[in-house]
Amino acid sequence: MTDWIDIAPLSDVPQRGARVVKTALGCVAVFRTAKDEVFALDNACPHKAGPLAEGIVHGNSVTCPLHNWVISLETGEAQGVDEGRVATYPAQVESGRILLDRSFLRGRTAA
Amino acid sequence: MRQKLIVIGAGMASGRVLEHLFDAGADFHVTLLNAEPRGNYNRIMLSPVLSGEKTYAEIVTHDAQWYDANSVTCRFGERITAIDLAAKTVTAENGDVLAYDKLIFGTGSNPFMIPLPGHDLEGVIAYRDLEDTQRMMDLGPDNKCVVIGGGLLGLEAAAGMAARGVDVTVVHIMGHLMERQLDEAAGYLLRKALVDKGITVKCSANSKQILGENGKVRALLLDDGTELPCDLLVMAVGIRPNVKLAQEAGLAVGKGIHVDDQMITSDPNVLAVGECVEHGGAIFGLVAPLYDQAKVAAQTLMGQKAKFVQKELSTKLKVTGCDLFSAGDFADGEGREDIVFRDPARGVYRRLVIADNVVRGAVMYGDTADSNWFFGLIRDKTDISDMRDTLIFGPAYQGGSPLDPLAAVAALPRDAEICGCNGICKGQIEDAIAEGASDLGAVRSTTKASGSCGTCTGLVEQVLAVTLGDDFVVPAAASICGCTDMTHEDVRRMIKSQKLTSMPAVWQECGWKTSCGCHVCRPALNFYLLADWPLEYQDDPQSRFINERKHANIQKDGTFSVVPRMWGGITTPDELRAIADAADKYMVPTVKVTGGQRIDLLGVKGEDLPHIWADLNAVGMVSGHAYSKGLRTVKTCVGTDHCRFGTQDSTGLGIKLEKELWGSWTPHKLKLAVSGCPRNCAEATCKDIGVICVDSGYQVSIGGAAGMDVRETELLLQVATEREAIDVIKAVTQLYRENAKYLDRIYKWMGKVGLDWIKERVEIERDALVERFELSQSIYRKDPWADHVQTKADRYRPLANLALEAAE
Ligand code: SRM
Ligand SMILES: Cc1cc2nc3c(=O)[nH]c(=O)nc-3n(C[C@H](O)[C@H](O)[C@H](O)COP(=O)(O)OP(=O)(O)OC[C@H]3O[C@@H](n4cnc5c(N)ncnc54)[C@H](O)[C@@H]3O)c2cc1C
Ligand code: SF4
Ligand code: FES
Repeated sequence: MTDWIDIAPLSDVPQRGARVVKTALGCVAVFRTAKDEVFALDNACPHKAGPLAEGIVHGNSVTCPLHNWVISLETGEAQGVDEGRVATYPAQVESGRILLDRSFLRGRTAA
Repeated sequence: MRQKLIVIGAGMASGRVLEHLFDAGADFHVTLLNAEPRGNYNRIMLSPVLSGEKTYAEIVTHDAQWYDANSVTCRFGERITAIDLAAKTVTAENGDVLAYDKLIFGTGSNPFMIPLPGHDLEGVIAYRDLEDTQRMMDLGPDNKCVVIGGGLLGLEAAAGMAARGVDVTVVHIMGHLMERQLDEAAGYLLRKALVDKGITVKCSANSKQILGENGKVRALLLDDGTELPCDLLVMAVGIRPNVKLAQEAGLAVGKGIHVDDQMITSDPNVLAVGECVEHGGAIFGLVAPLYDQAKVAAQTLMGQKAKFVQKELSTKLKVTGCDLFSAGDFADGEGREDIVFRDPARGVYRRLVIADNVVRGAVMYGDTADSNWFFGLIRDKTDISDMRDTLIFGPAYQGGSPLDPLAAVAALPRDAEICGCNGICKGQIEDAIAEGASDLGAVRSTTKASGSCGTCTGLVEQVLAVTLGDDFVVPAAASICGCTDMTHEDVRRMIKSQKLTSMPAVWQECGWKTSCGCHVCRPALNFYLLADWPLEYQDDPQSRFINERKHANIQKDGTFSVVPRMWGGITTPDELRAIADAADKYMVPTVKVTGGQRIDLLGVKGEDLPHIWADLNAVGMVSGHAYSKGLRTVKTCVGTDHCRFGTQDSTGLGIKLEKELWGSWTPHKLKLAVSGCPRNCAEATCKDIGVICVDSGYQVSIGGAAGMDVRETELLLQVATEREAIDVIKAVTQLYRENAKYLDRIYKWMGKVGLDWIKERVEIERDALVERFELSQSIYRKDPWADHVQTKADRYRPLANLALEAAE
């Protein structure tokens, strides 16, 4: 069962950009692509926990600001030769609002 | 017994239902009511009517004879105002109550009007029906019209009026036109074509208010203060299903009137078709699915089994000379690959998005001849693995062997033009080679081929390869990144020579292989564009590395460092107190004196940045740009004010330089220093630009470094006055900005072009360079901290705080 909660208007996140949502168990980065799709990932790079929300978004990937790992926004998987994965969460846009799934809060393991 | 069928709305969908019914000989007595004072017509052809390519008579789909032959009772210009589902009656506007056995909704949609102040002024219209079209046609040449909305409808309205000589401006809120159907590259080409038709296009423009005079529209005011005068204002920003009547009648309604697969609403005797319906969560805005719905509705009415299935949709724009097509889903994605083909000379762009060997989406501009074939591949989910290599060239290329580019060049006649800019033919290049030119540089210097815009470089190399055979190896010049084969230098040349002022323009004209670049090329392009077109190009923060996007250096734990400017290394007790207070207030873990003669507050939380900046701004301190590819510090020594050896006011000159140069963006960081005498206490001879003061004036030297490479500067010029020193430094900075490759410090650039070339240019073009530098500074010489505090502070806060939500 998904339990969508309204987070904010889509326009609060720039295209090809990201903002963070604070949760009791750490920050989740919410990305908006050039095509207005949204994705939610843990805000911690699998390499050395770099804040992914500060990276450069291109296509459906983000480049970590610390050491340039490229992470897929869809799978959380590091691309190319790098190996690692960051947790992803359900996210969607409905009538111009960003929705996240409340159950992810419960499902998240403390990092 | 003959059933009574009442149809609400004579639109494109309901017209189709009736055709299907009568074609099948179904026995209904139909009463057709329409709010518009006319019967069914082809609404989508209003655009050709507007542009003068068709007349209204030509777009009528059903005329009086047809209604007569099928005994349809027509009540045009009459609206239905109420429905009683239990009694199975409708009430017409004049109070008549009519009974039905079956009822069909075909009420279409209502244009959405943004509730801007002034939206109810006379002269503010939508684009939906013949009345709107007539208003636009009546406008007449040389009147002004503003169209809000750069989607399909808005652009058709704009192009139609422009064809009639109206002075049209399109105002679009998003960064590129038709963003729902097109990617940026296609949007760029479309914009270019519309601008060629004389239409003014403003993207990323926010409307604020509609201004009027005596109750009539006068102008549109944008939120940046621009006023666009107009005699008519057309809003074409979207549609909303027309559900009011259904809702009041008590039918189930969401975004549209809910229908099942048989087009039946929540009442078994009521059907709905067209833009007013919602099916499986979707609403509709194009006719193709409406026609499918109409067929299903007719079958349902006749008691046949039928099912409406949603299909892939495609879009074309009905503007003469703008051939574009888009279909399917063309967002980037995991496991999705792009095949991009660009032919800059013909203005052609094609992009296919492929996943699991199936084409998922297609965008085309300029040459859409094959669009139906591609649409078929999308709809039928055809496996394309066998034709993948040649797929993008269309159906004509399937089956044959791929062309060898060298063979193609070899086959060209001697008079085939290779370099369009300089009019150089293949024969001239062959002659140059016969006379001894054996590489690209030599061909370029003897014939000028590829010397201007550079797009033909590859072709020239191929001519060399064909002519010289194995003696010539096509050099693999390092391209910017995987998105392009072009080098930084080639791209810079293109940006200047072809006047490319936006990123999509560069992607298109330089043949980018990806749809929108990557973290390597975007920051470089952003710099080139803002350096070359300071007025036209708008800086794109999303193409900048985090430090430059947030104007602070990111630390390994995700916090930031804050370094305010201390002009020329000079500070005051007030500034120091403000720094101390800020360090206390924001619990800054480390306060350090930097190697650049100022103070660094390290470990500031991202959310605190706007606050600490505001506090520092309050005592007049501004960003030190310690994070930028731009002016960093101007170090100084104490100079004549205090030092017994000082020859000139080195501190004063350093402060002046920093105040004139700060905020400027350069290919890499730019560090300066001014020493008061050759003892050089400010280490000026290992800076990008250093000044050594001497009795007779100022020695300006460039190309020093003390990082990964250690270099001593070389003398550029010696000048007599402070003013001249400042001008020479501005000129050389501008020359560096305009010519160097992104991420080359001055010494690297100097290694490529030579000190002599720089010297000559600075001597000859000093004033022009200074003027261009100043033009750019008129935009960029301002404090980004203050700007972000005012306009972007929100962006530094978390989007939402759910920390208080119980994690149960
Ligand atoms: C703060 C400071 C060190 C200090 O505590 O003194 C510093 C700190 C950094 N330097 Fe530096 N550099 C600092 C003076 C220098 C100097 C000395 C100078 O400017 O007189 C140099 C050598 C001179 C030169 O640049 O030629 C210097 C050569 C570098 C280099 C090598 C550049 C090169 O071209 O070889 C880098 C790496 C780069 O830019 O790619 C670098 C990069 C960095 C970065 C920005 C690393 C990064 O990208 O995150 C450091 C940021 C630390 C942080 O988290 O805030 N820093 N750095 C100095 C700030 C000066 C200022 O007030 O703005
Ligand atoms: C200028 C223009 C260009 C377009 N170009 C294209 C294109 O190129 N391709 C494409 O696929 N689509 C295009 N469209 C969209 C297409 O026209 C619509 O999708 C289609 O017309 C919708 O059909 P419909 O039957 O649902 O509604 P409509 O055709 O809008 O008909 C609804 C009718 O119901 C009447 N009505 C509403 N309420 C009542 C009531 N209470 N009582 C009586 N009557 C009522 C209205 O007056 C209206 O005449 C274009 C639209 C416009 C305006
Ligand atoms: S540069 Fe010369 S004058 Fe200035 S402090 Fe050093 S030694 Fe003194
Ligand atoms: S922490 Fe992300 S690349 Fe190193």
